[in-house]
Amino acid sequence: MTQLPDGRYVDDAPFDADAGLTTPERADLDAPNALLVWRKFRRHKLGLISGAFLLLCYLLLPVAGFFAPYAPNDRHPDHQYKAPESIRLFHEGSFIGPYIYSVEEVLDMETYTYKYIPDTDTPLPLKFFCLGDQWQVFGLIPSNRHLFCSPTEDPIFLWGSDQLGRDVFSRILYGAQLSLTVGLIGISVSFFFGIGLGSIAGYFGGRIDWVIQRVIEILRSLPELPLWLALSAAVPSNWGPVAVFFIISIILGILDWPGMARAVRAKFLSLREEEFVRAAEMMGAPSGRVIRRHLIPNFSSHLIASATLSIPAMILGETALSFLGLGLRAPAVSWGVMLNDAQNLASIEIYPWLAIPMIPIIVVVLAFNFFGDGLRDSLDPYES
Amino acid sequence: MKDLLSVEDLSIGFGRDPSVVEGVSFSLKPGGTLALVGESGSGKTITCRAILRILPKAAQLRSGRVVLNGRDGERVLSSMTEKEMRAVRGDAVSMIFQEPMRSLSPLHRIGNQISEVLWLHRGATEAQAKRKVLETFEHVGFPDPERAYRSYPFELSGGMRQRAMIAMAMVGEPELLIADEPTTALDVTTQAQVLGLIRQLQADTGMALILVTHDLGVVANMAKDVVVMHKGRVMESGPAEPVLMTPAHAYTKKLIAAAPAIPEPTDEPAPPPAEVTDPILTLKDVSKTYTMRSGMGRETLIHACQHVSLVLPRGKTLAIVGESGSGKSTAARIALGAELPDPGGQVMFTPDPGGETLNVHAMDRTQRTMLQRRAQMVFQDPYSSLSPRMRILDALTEPLDIHNIGTKAERRERAEEMLRQVSLGPDMLKRFPHAFSGGQRQRLSIARALTLNPALLVCDEPTSALDVSVQEQILTLLEDIRDRLGLSYLFISHDLAVVSRIADEVAVMRRGLIVEQARPEQLFNDPHHPYTKALIAARPEPDISRPIDLSLVAQGAGSPETWPEAFRMTNTEFPELSTLSPGHKVRCHV
Repeated sequence: MTQLPDGRYVDDAPFDADAGLTTPERADLDAPNALLVWRKFRRHKLGLISGAFLLLCYLLLPVAGFFAPYAPNDRHPDHQYKAPESIRLFHEGSFIGPYIYSVEEVLDMETYTYKYIPDTDTPLPLKFFCLGDQWQVFGLIPSNRHLFCSPTEDPIFLWGSDQLGRDVFSRILYGAQLSLTVGLIGISVSFFFGIGLGSIAGYFGGRIDWVIQRVIEILRSLPELPLWLALSAAVPSNWGPVAVFFIISIILGILDWPGMARAVRAKFLSLREEEFVRAAEMMGAPSGRVIRRHLIPNFSSHLIASATLSIPAMILGETALSFLGLGLRAPAVSWGVMLNDAQNLASIEIYPWLAIPMIPIIVVVLAFNFFGDGLRDSLDPYES
Repeated sequence: MKDLLSVEDLSIGFGRDPSVVEGVSFSLKPGGTLALVGESGSGKTITCRAILRILPKAAQLRSGRVVLNGRDGERVLSSMTEKEMRAVRGDAVSMIFQEPMRSLSPLHRIGNQISEVLWLHRGATEAQAKRKVLETFEHVGFPDPERAYRSYPFELSGGMRQRAMIAMAMVGEPELLIADEPTTALDVTTQAQVLGLIRQLQADTGMALILVTHDLGVVANMAKDVVVMHKGRVMESGPAEPVLMTPAHAYTKKLIAAAPAIPEPTDEPAPPPAEVTDPILTLKDVSKTYTMRSGMGRETLIHACQHVSLVLPRGKTLAIVGESGSGKSTAARIALGAELPDPGGQVMFTPDPGGETLNVHAMDRTQRTMLQRRAQMVFQDPYSSLSPRMRILDALTEPLDIHNIGTKAERRERAEEMLRQVSLGPDMLKRFPHAFSGGQRQRLSIARALTLNPALLVCDEPTSALDVSVQEQILTLLEDIRDRLGLSYLFISHDLAVVSRIADEVAVMRRGLIVEQARPEQLFNDPHHPYTKALIAARPEPDISRPIDLSLVAQGAGSPETWPEAFRMTNTEFPELSTLSPGHKVRCHV
């Protein structure tokens, strides 16, 4: 600082009046949108962990059979309602690797229930990479190899067995294949209708917009559960499980699109006013091009986030339908189908492990919500 | 006299980043006026917010002391608790923000919001508060204080809302008023009146004022002391007169040189206008009426443009000047065919000398393609005119892609060529627009507009979102391109000073009507219409010797009933444009 005679202060640091015209001002923002979103998302710890967890879940789906000791519909008639057993690592204070105890079933003559008395003297180490029931990698390549099997003749039930003696743990793993993909298929259907109709309504406005808005309102006003019931009751009962699965996902998608269409329309309305859209229109770009090149890329990230936030609703929808016995039907296995067995309060009281499929549902739905929240927060990477 | 406020060595930063405000010191005497001047990103707003400690959450005060020495003794604002600070805000020190709409709660009546200050700080009863508020309303110039007390913010115009904000700041009788760009969002005539009001209030109450602004004209009109900031540092500070008249620092010099000014009136007679033989664009009697439905099936007609007739000679610049709502943008949109005029209006576009003339609103497909190629638009907001998802290369080659011109390599070459035209380097092509500053982006959007080799460029307020020094560069660039490529401009602006430099002919619009039209030298030397006079008088000049003439502003910007007899008009009845001297048309009864 220099002080001039007239009482002025003047900064004496060197100053370049013509700073570079071509140097980017915010070099940190000079990257594709996806990279900027990722940089911001990385700081959202809960979302990041949830995302990694979901990625892992979906990667494991095709090889679920490797981790499941039994096929989903493999019955063990002698071992109905068997309680969960835990894998232990230390026997009498020393580490001997994962093992279980053999369990003896005794019928309690007073309560008429089975009691399970573990034989704590002889640890039975688990067998790994053993041969067992056949399963298919990606549903194509048959394999017999499993991660672990029971060391004895008796089957191993990590999370107990149901009334037909089926392994709950294995069924949860196989059930994930349907329960987790139902959301993906549903969301694709919902995207197809939602983006299509929402963008038409938002871009063209006028009469088309009016019609689409009214359709959305009518769909939204229908009570959801009875509608699901009616639609799924209309599925012929002689259809195979795969056909039913697709129909259920499509039904879920058809009921979800109005929300998506509204979000798309609102975003379109605001983006349409942006000057880069007006510029493209004035250069003579046809509507299709404006929508594809300018509008959709600019809200694709919003779409992904809202999709992530609607998948849980689909998963819960499937669960609710199957729980009521109107969704997927045996022999298909999904978490909702499994919970169908837990409808009876008495059986939950005596065999609480039948309600275990609720845990993965809760975990997955929460993970999707955290992940979606994280994504939504990182969508606008240009601020700050 | 002791200082009312002193700020010493203030440094503020975000997170681990380098400080955004560094070592800022200034002081203010009771009743004094200090202007913090700087362009966007200079840290002037953060500095003034730091005084009241209303910084964003992530900001930390890294060093410095803020001392207020007023009626309640010496208080160190920078080390007070949050609770003590609340007693200062709105009481000894109050603040006015830039956006009058967003600073008032839309759900509460104006009177209620303002009385709140008195309930909080003075423990006043409702009746006492109301009396005081009504008094303040009268003071800040509400014609009907009772009615203003009962109204909601949306019922008031921008200028009235800003008056309400000022009333809110004044009602607690502060010793210091901090005004953060108080007039930036207002029209120029409203700005002049609000500035006049603030000065009047200051004279009446003896409060001190810190004025944060980017406009050197506002500074010259208001401030006794100036602090010029750039990138968080003080470049020059001291009494306004020497700083503005004989700037010592290179940055201050650059700022003052860049500030556009309305030329001084000269006595030279204007040269007679040449006959227009080759117009590129002709608007004939263009009107645009919107119908607004206002409840109960009643319909109100809004005349956005009425009987606009303009001729743009080839290679020249025709400017339309007006305040918000004057219909200048509507006229531009109609000229480009983006909107249909009311029946009877016609727009003719002749892209090539002696070539085919297109009727913009009755074209077949090939003619439309021709228009889209030969007439382009440059937009106002450089931050929204480039898609954030497209690399510069894609944005610049898009026009060629749409019209299917050239191969990929040729398009790329053309894009590089366009970047050179706007003095940018080809290494920008693979970057994204968000990396660049407002000025750089405006250059990019000019480059995009030039890609198709247009004959006509419609510039819709191309510099109003930019800093003054950048505005200067962009105007130079536009003039340069016009002369180099032989373009014609239809230039829309609200700023007479900008227009005075670039235009060959100026049309002044008020509420859909052209009130005066002339060449700039005629218009500035000898304005006839009271509204034009008001616009010229209201424009704050960065020259201490030319203060705003508030009486001229008040008359011209007021309702037409107060105008001299010859100019009187109503919404539906108005005189014709009459030619007073060659090339100078005024809407008046001759």
